[in-house]
Amino acid sequence: QSSELRYTANTQLEHLHARYTGTGHADLSKYEWLTHQHRDTLASIVGHPTLASYLAIAENEAIGRIKFEMTERMLQPCGPPPRKDDD
Amino acid sequence: MHLYNLTLQPPTAILQAIVGNFSGARQQEIIVSHGTRIELLRPDPQSGKVSTVIATDVFGSVRSLAAFRLTGGSKDYAIVGSDSGRVVILDYDPKTSSFVKLHQETFGKSGARRIVPGQYLATDPKGRSMMIASMEKSKLVYILNRDAAANLTISSPLEAHKSNAIIHHIVGVDVGFENPMYAALEVDYSESDQDPTGEAFNRTEKMLTYYELDLGLNHVVRKWSEPTDPRANLLVQVPGGQLASSDRYDGPSGVLVCCEDHIIYRHMNSPQHRVPIPRRKHPLEDPNRGVIITTAVMHKMKGAFFFLLQSEDGDLFKVTIEHQEQDVTALKIKYFDTVPVASSLCILKSGFLFVASEFGNHYLYQFLKLGDDDDEPEFSSTNYPGDGMRDPSSPLPREYFKPRPLENLALADEMESLDPIIDSKVLNILPNSDTPQIFAACGRGARSTLRTLRHGLEVEESVSSELPGIPNAVWTTKRTESDPYDSYIILSFVNGTLVLSIGETIEEVQDTGFLSSSPTIAVQQIGADALLQVHPHGIRHVLSDRRVNEWRVPEGKTIVTATTNKRQVVVALSSAELVYFELDLDGQLNEYQDRKAMGSTVLALSIGEVPEGRQRTPYLAVGCEDQTVRIISLDPESTLETLSLQALTAPPSSICIADMLDASINKSHPTMFVNIGLQNGVLLRTVLDPMNGQLTDTRTRFLGTRPIKLVRVQVQKSPAILALSSRSWVNYTHQNLMHFTPLIYDNLDYAWSFSAELSPEGLIGIAGNLLRIFVIPKLGTKLKEDVIPLSYTPRKFVTHPENNYFYLIEGDHRTLGQDAAQNKLKELKQAGKRIDEEVINLPPDIFGRPKAPAGTWAANVRVIDPIEGKTIAVVPMDGNEGVFSIAVVPFSARNNELHLVVGTAADTTVSPRTCTQGYLRTYKFVDDGKGLELMHKTELDDVPLALLAFQGKLIAGVGKSLRLYDIGKKKLLRKVENKAFTSAIVTLETQGSRIIVGDMQESIQYVVYKAPENRLLTFADDTQPRWVTASTMVDYNTVAAGDRFGNIFVNRLDDKISDQVDDDPTGAGILHEKSILMGAPHKTNMLCHFHVGDLITSIHKVSLVAGGREVLLYTGLHGTIGILMPFVSKEDVDFISTLEQHMRTEQPSLVGRDQLAWRGYYVPIKAVVDGDLCETYARLSAQKQSAIAGELDRTVGEVLKKLEQMRVTSSGF
Repeated sequence: QSSELRYTANTQLEHLHARYTGTGHADLSKYEWLTHQHRDTLASIVGHPTLASYLAIAENEAIGRIKFEMTERMLQPCGPPPRKDDD
Repeated sequence: MHLYNLTLQPPTAILQAIVGNFSGARQQEIIVSHGTRIELLRPDPQSGKVSTVIATDVFGSVRSLAAFRLTGGSKDYAIVGSDSGRVVILDYDPKTSSFVKLHQETFGKSGARRIVPGQYLATDPKGRSMMIASMEKSKLVYILNRDAAANLTISSPLEAHKSNAIIHHIVGVDVGFENPMYAALEVDYSESDQDPTGEAFNRTEKMLTYYELDLGLNHVVRKWSEPTDPRANLLVQVPGGQLASSDRYDGPSGVLVCCEDHIIYRHMNSPQHRVPIPRRKHPLEDPNRGVIITTAVMHKMKGAFFFLLQSEDGDLFKVTIEHQEQDVTALKIKYFDTVPVASSLCILKSGFLFVASEFGNHYLYQFLKLGDDDDEPEFSSTNYPGDGMRDPSSPLPREYFKPRPLENLALADEMESLDPIIDSKVLNILPNSDTPQIFAACGRGARSTLRTLRHGLEVEESVSSELPGIPNAVWTTKRTESDPYDSYIILSFVNGTLVLSIGETIEEVQDTGFLSSSPTIAVQQIGADALLQVHPHGIRHVLSDRRVNEWRVPEGKTIVTATTNKRQVVVALSSAELVYFELDLDGQLNEYQDRKAMGSTVLALSIGEVPEGRQRTPYLAVGCEDQTVRIISLDPESTLETLSLQALTAPPSSICIADMLDASINKSHPTMFVNIGLQNGVLLRTVLDPMNGQLTDTRTRFLGTRPIKLVRVQVQKSPAILALSSRSWVNYTHQNLMHFTPLIYDNLDYAWSFSAELSPEGLIGIAGNLLRIFVIPKLGTKLKEDVIPLSYTPRKFVTHPENNYFYLIEGDHRTLGQDAAQNKLKELKQAGKRIDEEVINLPPDIFGRPKAPAGTWAANVRVIDPIEGKTIAVVPMDGNEGVFSIAVVPFSARNNELHLVVGTAADTTVSPRTCTQGYLRTYKFVDDGKGLELMHKTELDDVPLALLAFQGKLIAGVGKSLRLYDIGKKKLLRKVENKAFTSAIVTLETQGSRIIVGDMQESIQYVVYKAPENRLLTFADDTQPRWVTASTMVDYNTVAAGDRFGNIFVNRLDDKISDQVDDDPTGAGILHEKSILMGAPHKTNMLCHFHVGDLITSIHKVSLVAGGREVLLYTGLHGTIGILMPFVSKEDVDFISTLEQHMRTEQPSLVGRDQLAWRGYYVPIKAVVDGDLCETYARLSAQKQSAIAGELDRTVGEVLKKLEQMRVTSSGF
């Protein structure tokens, strides 16, 4: 019975992870964690108008360009993942 | 410490603007988002001016706005996406002039998160549904409809999520009345996240996906998904659908996909069309740089439509689509005009283009033509093989255009905006000013400015002419009641009266019936068509046929003061008697049988205007020498009976009764105010109870050093009061609330309304022997701006301790300096290239400068005279150096001679922060500071971001290290260094031998310099990481700082530790103390914390009112200016915090954000009261006001008075 409980708890957890992108778990690799962090940061820059303006002034680019480049960078903010045998 | 936060100038940046018929009238309005505030603007099609209708703080961050209209409706609603985790539909109610929240649907957590929708909004063009999306994955669709009672309804959300997809943009597709469709630009990262080779990353495609809302099944399906250009960034709706009346199609439907360098027309099951985005034909253009479209607007006219797309350089392109029914035959693009880079463009049906600039002032342009018949080259997709899509992966040949001054647009209006404020100073250096000015370095690039902000209203003078003598009063009057404009100007001199008639010219007239041999006390157009003059010896009633009825003062007495309105006259005699006259129905002026003896010389009298439809105003206010004001009845039942009495602190000099609307007291009817000006310059404002004539709710204000004169005038068709003392003030109603603001103008001795054909809303005043006619053009503004243009983005500025000049550093990244640009042009010329001089000489403030690769810098040091408002000298930097810090240093090794040290760095990139070489440039002041002479340059290994004079030496924050420099012959000499900082030093402050260091990421650290051992030791730091942007020392142990996320906080060091550190002569104690939490041995305590919502760029500890207490004034990047004012007593803290608590429940945020959560966005709010929220008390309904006041055991008047007093005593605003 307890194994069944664990089973349901796990599916619930998986469900939650699928639902709330960016939530960490025990087996999270450093790369995944970092990628999440970066994506969160980039989304936050686009989502907070003052941060986007601040970067635009520093980089001397249009705010639209900054938002575009930040969104583009969300695709792979920390380079390709490490090879499986590396870790 | 407990602080009260008050915004003096709300943010002026516009992040998004939408257009619609929000009030339901025929006129179009614009709703703009200032980030934390939304504002409704109304452009007047006749005058081409934009005026604010209403602006409201939302206590949240607005991230997206969209307008929509239900099918068949005539009124637009606004949808707001914010960081509240909710979507809100707002309706503007013109009756109450406020935004009403119609619906608020919760879908997620608050905060601007990656997967919580709010970032993007799209609506169905027919107003049947809307989509709200996040940066990643989530997209929710709501169905909008109306119920039986025609109220707007909203469905529960339908999910259109796609996991692992980054969303670039969404837009509603115009499909007419078929099922609503949305297009999204998405990138899936699931494969590239799994592939270590990076191949999947390279293969990743950007997908254009259509989501269809099936209204029948109540379900959203992914209808169509196709890869598009990998550098696509923006979607634009293309009109489509059939008209109900005919079979004709409005347009081909589909979307424009704006990509880097290209525009693609795209629709399901139809061929694509692609055109290049034309590039500027500029010789210095970087050929490796792509161009993207940052904003776009589509405009539908009868049977036609076009697009205006704006590139990141500010160039507008007109895009048209040729189509036969649903089939596109050509996509065409041509250069239209160049305007500042916008965050939003709005086209109004009345032929205006509203450009909400991303930085700097906003503009309203009028369309002169639509660029149809000019010789501007047009690029059509049909000119390229396969309509430009033969090989979608390779770019089309580049096309060029020549930028030129405006041809299709003409500037109609400009809205001032401080955004971005990068640095500021608060100083009182202007002559004849008793309050300090705020100097703000604003703007970006070539549109940068240094603005002098003064509290007060701007005055536009139209006439200033000299008079033969010095008059002591001036009036204007109409001839009859029905005249639209004034006919006469009457000037009273010591020994006579001069009458001028207003016509084509202003000239003297004799035959008006006015007595010219005697001074005048009052002038009034009385009854239907008669005039009245009160002079010391009598009253002349001049009838329309020039017959004069004169009432003469009894022998031995004179009239000392008088007050009049359309039907009543009261005069006070030198014998301290009042004589009352009233006009009867035949137009005869009748004296009341009794005279009222006052017992004390009457100094001032006032009656209000006759209320609409009444015979008389029932109250007279009399101010006497015995320091009292009495309210006397003029009612026939109780004529000349004293009703109430108020004691004053000084003899009154002037009284003015005026009926003015103040929604905080009465929402619907004007309130009768009795304004009493005293001889000591204090103004009392009391409310006259219309029922019993009692005076209540007295508020006082110090206006100036001279006895006050009060004049009732008309400003924008509503009554206002001019109060003249050593400054002139105007008290008026704006957006239903009362304002009291000084005029930025010379002192006036007397003033009156002035209405003529050319200036229907003017004022006339006398100052010495000058007669002046002027208007107040911008009611509602509190700050007057004077602008000095700059060439590049200002970074910092400092003042000189001896002269009043500013030394300002300005620099732009990705820009070629003047010399570098000239050299490059020369090279190009030598290489035989033809250079178009016209393009090179285009003004950079409109067209910007050509973008250079990262690491290129243009920079200057500029010497500015802020009093004269001009630049004195400009010292350009060479060697591709950017400027980062500046300080004026009295080097003790040079007998405290002042030197200017500028921190620069060559070939700097911002992210990551690198440079080939940093420098400290040391300049000598020459010519009394008007010029600078370079002494030497000191090489550094990093970027010097902060400099500060310290004990006759220089403290520099060079990257991660803090260094002390002394001056040498050929260089600055490094004396000591502390390398224990983690990211970069951005701010420095000092008192004594203590240095407060602001680290870019690691908050505020306390450093002490121990001279005997020559040590720089960090002894205290913060427990929290803070991305410090600005800081100031509040006292020796306390520091206030702002961070990059919009927080402002106060940290304090324990007194004991402070003493202990100071008592340690060598610093050995600190050196050997154990560090706590891997930092300094001591920690500071956070005393206060507040989330402002704007990135703090500077903080100052200043006193804004002469003799007032010191407050913390801060500026924000988006143009916010606010103050934090310390509470004086515990009672005040309790009272205002309780009020704030009630306000939180009574005034929920318009975007559905919890105010407490917003003000505690990153760290829970601590010991700061949100004054902006408290001040909305004035806008609450009378019922709620009294309920809250009851809870607080006060009256409504007391609460309002307290709030006003907090504002006035701390800021004077």
